[in-house]
Amino acid sequence: MAKRKKRIIVIGGGLAGLSAAMKICEMGSEVILIAYQSLKRSHSVCAQGGINAAMDTKDEGDSPEKHFFDTIRGGDFLAEQPLVRDMCHQAPAIIHLLDRMGVAFNRTGEGHLAFRRFGGTLYSRTAFAGATTGQQLVYSLDEQVRRYEHDGLVQKLEWHEYLGAVLDGNGVCRGAIIHDLRTNEIFTLAGDAVILATGGPSQVYSRSTASTVNTGAAATMAYLQGAKYANGEFIQIHPTAIPGQDKLRLMSESARGEGGRIWVPKKAGDTREPLKIPENERYYFLEEKYPLYGNLVPRDVASREIYEIVYNQKLGVEGQPMVYLDLTHKTKEYLEDRLGGIIDIYKKFTGDDPREVPMKIFPAVHYSMGGLWTDYESTAEGLIDHQSPRNQMTSIQGLYAAGEADCQYHGANRLGANSLLSCIYTGLMMAPGVLNYASNISKSVEDVPSSTFDEARNYWTERFDKIKKMDGNENPYKLHQELGDTLMENVLIVRDNKTLEKTVYAIQEIEARFKNVKCVDTNDWANPAASFINQLYCMIHLSKIITKGALMRDEFRGAHYKPDYDLNQPSDFDPYEYIDYLEKKNYGEIAEDAFPPGHLDYMRRYEENNTHWLKNSIATLEDNQPDITYEDVNTSLLTPRPRKYD
Amino acid sequence: MDAKTIKLKIKRQDKPESKPYWQEFEVPYKPLSNVIACLMEIQRTPLTADGKQINPVTWDANCLEEVCGSCTMLINGKVRQSCTALVDQIKQPIVLEPMSKFPVVRDLQVDRSRIFKDLKKAKAWIPIDGTHDIGEGPVMSDSLRAKRYVLSECMTCGCCLEACPQYTKDNGFMGAAIFSQVRLFNLHPTGEMTQEERLETIMGKGGIADCGNAQACVESCPKNIPLTESIADMGRQTSWQLLKNLLLK
Repeated sequence: MAKRKKRIIVIGGGLAGLSAAMKICEMGSEVILIAYQSLKRSHSVCAQGGINAAMDTKDEGDSPEKHFFDTIRGGDFLAEQPLVRDMCHQAPAIIHLLDRMGVAFNRTGEGHLAFRRFGGTLYSRTAFAGATTGQQLVYSLDEQVRRYEHDGLVQKLEWHEYLGAVLDGNGVCRGAIIHDLRTNEIFTLAGDAVILATGGPSQVYSRSTASTVNTGAAATMAYLQGAKYANGEFIQIHPTAIPGQDKLRLMSESARGEGGRIWVPKKAGDTREPLKIPENERYYFLEEKYPLYGNLVPRDVASREIYEIVYNQKLGVEGQPMVYLDLTHKTKEYLEDRLGGIIDIYKKFTGDDPREVPMKIFPAVHYSMGGLWTDYESTAEGLIDHQSPRNQMTSIQGLYAAGEADCQYHGANRLGANSLLSCIYTGLMMAPGVLNYASNISKSVEDVPSSTFDEARNYWTERFDKIKKMDGNENPYKLHQELGDTLMENVLIVRDNKTLEKTVYAIQEIEARFKNVKCVDTNDWANPAASFINQLYCMIHLSKIITKGALMRDEFRGAHYKPDYDLNQPSDFDPYEYIDYLEKKNYGEIAEDAFPPGHLDYMRRYEENNTHWLKNSIATLEDNQPDITYEDVNTSLLTPRPRKYD
Repeated sequence: MDAKTIKLKIKRQDKPESKPYWQEFEVPYKPLSNVIACLMEIQRTPLTADGKQINPVTWDANCLEEVCGSCTMLINGKVRQSCTALVDQIKQPIVLEPMSKFPVVRDLQVDRSRIFKDLKKAKAWIPIDGTHDIGEGPVMSDSLRAKRYVLSECMTCGCCLEACPQYTKDNGFMGAAIFSQVRLFNLHPTGEMTQEERLETIMGKGGIADCGNAQACVESCPKNIPLTESIADMGRQTSWQLLKNLLLK
């Protein structure tokens, strides 16, 4: 009898899921691809500015090692160094692959790839396709997957929702429970492994740059089934988004990469038209405070500064929480070519043309650095073993995670244009390991008793029947909005323990009210309400992870800013002093006057803080609550040191 | 004081085979609202304008910033994305209907899988050798890139097909979106090597010859894709192909 092909279930049709599906098919195995909507609609299309790869085409002295350093430092040393290094070294090959697949990357006069600047680096490292890079990458990967569908290796189940993993008696993942969003039938799929490429959780906040599907429900369900969820408290707030009712639309970092300048009028409440305000009466606060990186400081830094300008210095435009992002000094042709897509979006939603008037923007929830804890394996040389079945595996055997749903690549703050890279890198990188896992597992999925699948299906059918019968007086969509408002108000850019403690209770109250939800839709066809209520249940759990993680982490690291625990870096401090300090320490006592006044104290505080907090927070479910413990981060390649961008 | 409201009239349908019916709604006005914000409000308070409790209206949406193509519907009779339909810019009552050229799933949701099937038929992809690292892609002028980029912004939303008089629910016409994608891939140096396969597809049944040249497609495209230019170009390419077939086969 011919050996059957391995069958991998991939959940999610964004960049990570498509990359994994493509690679797995190329290696001769079958994929069942589950997507909540039609493919091509996934949230990855919202990425705008570009994708990073250090190819040094402008002779600036860039290299993958510098990309690695910028990423690790940008993430405040919380990212997993061996993995990030591998990703940065693979990046140029990934760009070439995408280019060969037909992505319309902008080009130089000679016809080679063009690169632009992005935040958190001094190099032109970002390849881009206008200002719709994410969309272009999704399409090109989708096309390759469609090719495999044409060849019979991919089966797509669109309009299907992943509800959970089918676990056997030993807790090994043997398949997935799937909900058909049209017939509302619930069924199981058997597979040799399951990959969650299900994106981020920004919908736990009431307004964000996220798409409507980004509830984080699939990853949370893995946590509810026993998987570890890491670094949930690290939520990226993007500095520049367009205010709106239903969502805060992203205004790409590439606007600043192409020369956009952030400013506010020096005079509070200045009511003049922005272009009538003379240069010397404008406060370009990022450029003044950070002469080296200017408007391209990392996102956590920029968001904090905008917050400071608006709320503490009360300098917001028209007294509102907004600052100007100004492109009017660039020619129209240049803007059309490099940023056309996002300029049109701004114009469509606000009526103002960024070519004519400065845009008004404010920070918004954007990305989760944290996600499902995933594993990896190194070779004896300390490189990533690309064949290892452990790569990207969650703490549930046979259940994998990739893309924004994982946790290893961005530490405490993600650099712009690294998310597209990490999504595609993880999808491609994990494929050989997943197939090795599938080939070498001691008991094959055929040997799992059918009762395992029956039980899983029955459990979920009953659960959805119960949800459909819920008939309280809480509207689930309203309750979701309240949950989101609670997180928006209390777990955002600036955090403090008193507020976070209150938030823990506020979420508990929402959880209690959840029992009183009404399933507001009674249709027995294409009914989205039961599914949403289940997602809301997951979002409540996820918000507990985020809030408790934030409460417990008593430090200031990357996007997690607690002013009470700011180590107050001296303004004249140079990060290399810290390397010097560590070296001196190795040789014995350090004279108290070896460094400028205050610096030694600061460095001791920094070192001490790292011994407590340079750790991944790991949430596991205990008695319906997240139990948070801490695990070491691999810092074997780059010595952690204070960040500084001026 | 009379609170400002937004009035909507929505065509509803419970199931693919059931009969459509109309309902009217009134939701509180909020600045910067788009049609989606109104539909979300109906989810939170599922009542008609005359206070009848109903199942919330269902619709498709995802990105809410006009890059995913999902939330396409007829708004005041015109096909467009509902995320960029700002309440302040459109006439009330805002009339919402599902697209008419695709089977209704429920309410404002339709099944557009036909477009994706046609993309598969047209082999709308670059046939790469593999994903392994075999170096750079083909050198390409930025002007060719720019030409391709405009075409590659197509989000498979279906506006051009909804607007096309030739495209009906039950014929096999492929429509402008597909022809434009064939052009996109034929413009790529690697894609060009297999252009004949794509051309043969659109020379067959439901292909380019059925285009009635109504030019409604280009006017309806939210991304300003030069669809009539694509159709003309594909007309030329298929004519050459036909000639080649006659002479060489």
